[in-house]
Parts: sequence; structure tokens; C-alpha cells
Amino acid sequence: MAKTTSRKGKNGAAPDRAAEQEKAGAREKPDHVRQTERGEPVTFLEAIREALWEEMERDPNVFMMGEDIGTYGGAFKMTDGFIGYFGEQRVVDTPIAEAGFTGAAAGAAHMGMRPVVEMQFMDFVSCAYEPLTNYIATSRWRGSGGVPMVVRGPVGGGVRGGPFHSQNPEMAFFHTPGLKIVYPCTARDAKGLMKAAIRDEDPVLFFEHKKMYRAPALREVLPQEDYVVPLGEARVHRQGRDVTIVTYGMMVHECQKAAERLAEEGVDVEILDLRTLLPFDEDAIIASVKKTNRVLIVHEDTRTGGIAGEISMRVSEKAFEWLDAPILRVTAIDTPVPYSPPLEDYFLPGVEDVVTASRYLAKY
Amino acid sequence: MAQSSRVAGDTLVTDLTRDQLHEMYRYLRLTRQLEQVLTNLYRQNKIIGGLYGSLGQEGSAIGSAYAMNRRDDGTGDILAPAIRNMGSLLLMGARPVDFLRQYMARADSPTGGREQNVHFTDYRRGFIGLISHLGVMIEVMAGVAMTFKLRGEPRVAIAYCGDGMTSTGAFHEGFNLAAVQRAPLIVIVEKNGYAYSTPTSQQTACVSFTDKAPGYGVHGESCDGNDVLAVYEMTKRAVEHARSGRGAALLEVVTYRRKGHAEHDSQSYVPAGEIDGWVKLDPVDRFRSRLLDEGWATRAELDAIDAEVAAQIDEAREQAEASGLPEPEAALGDVYAGSIAARPWTRLEPLDPHLA
Repeated sequence: MAKTTSRKGKNGAAPDRAAEQEKAGAREKPDHVRQTERGEPVTFLEAIREALWEEMERDPNVFMMGEDIGTYGGAFKMTDGFIGYFGEQRVVDTPIAEAGFTGAAAGAAHMGMRPVVEMQFMDFVSCAYEPLTNYIATSRWRGSGGVPMVVRGPVGGGVRGGPFHSQNPEMAFFHTPGLKIVYPCTARDAKGLMKAAIRDEDPVLFFEHKKMYRAPALREVLPQEDYVVPLGEARVHRQGRDVTIVTYGMMVHECQKAAERLAEEGVDVEILDLRTLLPFDEDAIIASVKKTNRVLIVHEDTRTGGIAGEISMRVSEKAFEWLDAPILRVTAIDTPVPYSPPLEDYFLPGVEDVVTASRYLAKY
Repeated sequence: MAQSSRVAGDTLVTDLTRDQLHEMYRYLRLTRQLEQVLTNLYRQNKIIGGLYGSLGQEGSAIGSAYAMNRRDDGTGDILAPAIRNMGSLLLMGARPVDFLRQYMARADSPTGGREQNVHFTDYRRGFIGLISHLGVMIEVMAGVAMTFKLRGEPRVAIAYCGDGMTSTGAFHEGFNLAAVQRAPLIVIVEKNGYAYSTPTSQQTACVSFTDKAPGYGVHGESCDGNDVLAVYEMTKRAVEHARSGRGAALLEVVTYRRKGHAEHDSQSYVPAGEIDGWVKLDPVDRFRSRLLDEGWATRAELDAIDAEVAAQIDEAREQAEASGLPEPEAALGDVYAGSIAARPWTRLEPLDPHLA
């Protein structure tokens, strides 16, 4: 068997793999990934971190690549403490090369690995558009085998990140058969969906809204047992009878606030959290539309070419006769994401927009 | 030129047995002859898409792949071809009929008619089909090599590329990643004069592609790509280098693409007389002469191999021509694991046929 050398190669010592693993294995599991074990509530970020950790522990084929994820623990500290426990072979600090490590993840997946790659910000996934859409998404269909891998990272605005650290690039990939896109909005779903994504046989893009990462309101106590949330299934976030709001991500929480205000006016909205965008749960949407006969689609992504267009089309195809009002959407405006607070607040859809549109539909 | 680079000469002491030399000759002949038959089929309109040949650079494909650990059980080395590496794939165990069916878009081609030419994969035999976005395979093979390293498996990954592929961002991202990871990835640049119509001088300001090796901090070496034994020896050194944990390598084989980018390409951009010069350096003819001159083979032996190859290809062509085209709905499968893509009902499943 070939003796492998350290990535520090010719400069430093070259510990072999067994020694490295022994060293890594001897470490203690850190406290910050034992919160659920101890029955303590976790944030959205901590829920995802626990999922990643537990999957790394469960399956030695799971490994990670990304920029600054090792020694530094990631720009958002998602993988804090991972490298010390799992070693630098399984928590790989890569060069700044989103296309390079995403393509490499595909090669590793071909060899039976389960790679999880981090985009430091999901905005940078555009750099990996080529391997994702042309190579990875088509591989199974081309007869080159499935590519079980996860591309995860922070998305979304409202944090004054400016045009390159705030995007919701889901629709750049939504049009690509072969990919799956997950976008959770609760800690419980985030953990269960991440586990499902890692265990899935197909490539999954996993979107984590950075504004939710440490939001105190989203802290919850999670089940202590190993659980998954299946991909492709929507969740009824709020039951209602007057208007269906189809949404996902951060907008679920905005729509919840709107629903509370609308309730005071006697408008009872149902909120459907898609959770998975590709493939999305068409049956759940159609069932809800048939119940309320009115549908509003809300997304933080920009308007033209947003998922609202596709959902609207499905409703038209499958439930046109059930509609009592036109299909409406509330979205961001068709511009890049602005930096300055008044500009970004104007850019983003908000509670007021959802209230206005829902009220209109209810009265129509 | 890189300090670690050297030019392998024509005077090699080969470690190959007589049978192995004959096998190399067989695969050179098989590649050349199969491409000739494909060209005939193209002219008969039996090839559905384009046809991409490797006339004049078969020595590179065969000499390099011969240095790999070739297995059929998924435990050997893995290569990713470029478009002109049909010869490498034949050597790895792909059958002539596979290429004929791929080109003719038949239902029983390795991809069931979904893909064409050398775009197919066999993990057991050790090759991964390329996509047309040049450079992506360098990234993918970096990941294959990193996995070998992570698991401590004594396997190497080889990715072929042409002059043009070296210019992509993907090439750099993939190769640099493999280099810093000290992953066993060998990239073989087949410097064949042109990327479609663009000459090498417009792809790089370097004299040799191995000039880039020190920039990546890896082993680099260049050789005469029309000398099959020189290619073999050079690749073998890089394979041993990578297999022993010393990391990636960037090799260059200097050869020449005697036909156009594809069969339809008239080569109007090629200066007069340039091709003739390379005909004299033909890798198959040179190897045949060498085998005879050195006494490693007799004329009768080589003629017998030629006849066997011709018969083998005839049989494969008959098989491929007898194969049917795929059923249209075969397009729906395998987009995702265990599911079939939806048939768009407005086209294929009208809700009410009376209204359709």
C-alpha cells in the first residue's frame, strides 16, 4: 500500500493516514455539537452543524471540502472543531476554486465518497455552474453513474451583505434536470433535510439563509434520535382556509407575521413551506389551492424567472377550475441586492406586501 | 523549462516483452483501422453526429494508457479521455462495437443512445467519459485522485487534454487542487498543433506545456508523442511518481493532428505542406518499422495482427449495424435515482383528448 504524504508535503513531516486518523480519533467530541444530546435548544446553524457532524461520524465516506472550513472552522463557523476530530483528509481546506472543488467532489462521489462542499457564500456557486449543471446534473442520465453530493452554503439578504453576499441563486439551478434544491426554514427541518441530502443518491444544493443562522427565535429542542426529513415534501406551516401562501426560506417567517396581522382582519391564510424546491411538492400545492381557491406565491428571490412563475403554471395546469382569484406573487424587485439599508429594505419583500396581496385575494 | 523536466529520447531500453510490444502494435492498428471504418460510415451517413479522429496521434493514446494498471474489476487506475483518446479506451477494455454503437446512436450503445462517441464510462475497466466543457474532467479527476489518496489506495488517475483545454479556468482550478493535495493525478497534454482551428501559439506563450509544471510545483516531462515507447516510458515514470505518493504530474506529448477537428473540418487554416511533414513521422508506421528493425517482430506476425484487427472490426461493424435505435421514452429515465421524468401532459398526456 502506498504511503500517503501530508499536503504539507516536502516542507514538513509526512504522517501516514493511519497515524493521522488515530490521532484524530483520540479526540473528544466537542461540547458545541452535543447540545441536542444534552436536551438543549439549538439554533438553525447549530442544527445543521449537528447534522454534518453526525453524518461524518456515521459514514466514513462523508467528507468536506471548502474554503477556510478546516483550521478556521468556516466563515460562519459551521465546521468549527471538525478538522481536529475528523482530520485534514476529511475536512479539506481548498484553494479558492469553487469550480475545482465542486468538480472534484463529483470525482470523489464516483469513487463512492459522499462529499459535502461548502460555498463560503452561495453567491459564489455561480463559479461552479459549469460542473454542476453540465457534468454533475447529467452524469446519471449519461450513464456515468449518480453523483451523491451536497453543495451547501449561506444565502439570502437582509444582512447588509451587498450584491455579492446576499443572493438567492436557486433559480439558476432550478432549470437543470438532475439537481435537487433544498431550502429549509426551521432548525428541525434543517437538520433532518441535511441528513436526507447527504444520504440521497443525487446531487443536492442546500441553501441556508444566513439571517436564520443565529436567530434566537428559531432555537428549538430537537429530537435526540437520528431522524431525516424526506426531500420533496412540503410542510404546512400554518393551517388556514381563505388564501394559500406558497413560500420557503426566510419568507415563511415573514408570511407568519403577515398571517397574524391578517387574522386580526378575519383573513385566515394557509402557509405552505416548500422546504424542497426541486423537485417541489406539487401535490401539496394543488391540495391547498383546492381548499382555499386562492394562491399567493412569496419568495425572497427576484421576480422575473422566480419560482412563482413555475408554481403558477402548475396551478394553471392542474387546478385552474378551482381558482376564484388570479394567482399573485410577492417577490424582491428585479435588481441586484443593494447594500444600503433603505435600498435593501425596499428591495426585499416584506410583511406589508404579503398583507396587501393576501387582503386583495381574500376580497377578490 | 522545468528543472524536473527532461526530454525522453528515442533510444530507450524497454522493459516490455515481445508479446507486450505486439499488443501495443495491435491497439495502434485497431485504433487507426476503427477510425477508418468510422470515416467510411460517416461518408455513408450512418454516423448520426460528428466524427472525431486521432490520425497521427494514436501513439500518444496507446503509449500512455499502456503504462496504467489496467483491470476489469474496478480496482485499477482510472483515466478520463479527451476526444482523441479512443485508443486509450480500447486499451482499457472498451470494445470496438461500443464506439460504433455510440457513433450510430444505437439503443444498445453504452449510453443507450443518450450520448455519443467517447462520451461513456466504465468504472470497472477504469475510465470516465468526458463532457464537452473542457477542463471539467481535470476537476473531476482531481477528486478521483484525492479519493485514492484519502483511502490509501495505490491507484492513480490520468486525465488527457489537448492544447486548448489547458487554457480553461477549470484546468487550473482542478490541477492546482490536485497539486496542493499531492493527489496522484497525471495530466497528459497532447500538444497536437491545433485546438479546432487555433494553433498552439495562440493557446499559450510557453514553449512547452511542461513549462507550467514548476508553476504548479509538480513533476513535469515532455516527449515525442509519435514515439509510442517514449510515451510509454515517460508515462510510466509519472505513474510511479504518483503511485508512490509524490503527487501530481504534468506531461506533454508532442504530436500532430493530421485531420481536422472533426470530419467536417476542411483544415483550411493549416499551412501548405505542414501535414506532409508529419506523415513521415507517423506513429504507427514508425513503431512497425522499429519492431521489424529491432527484430521484435516479423513481417508475417504484424500482417497477421493487421488481418485479425480487420476481421474484428468487420464483425463489430456488422453487430452495430444490426442494433436498433432507442425507444423515444428511454429519454425519461435516470435523471434521478429510481424515478422517471414526468411526461409533459400538454404534449403527451392531454387531460381530455377530445379537446387536444
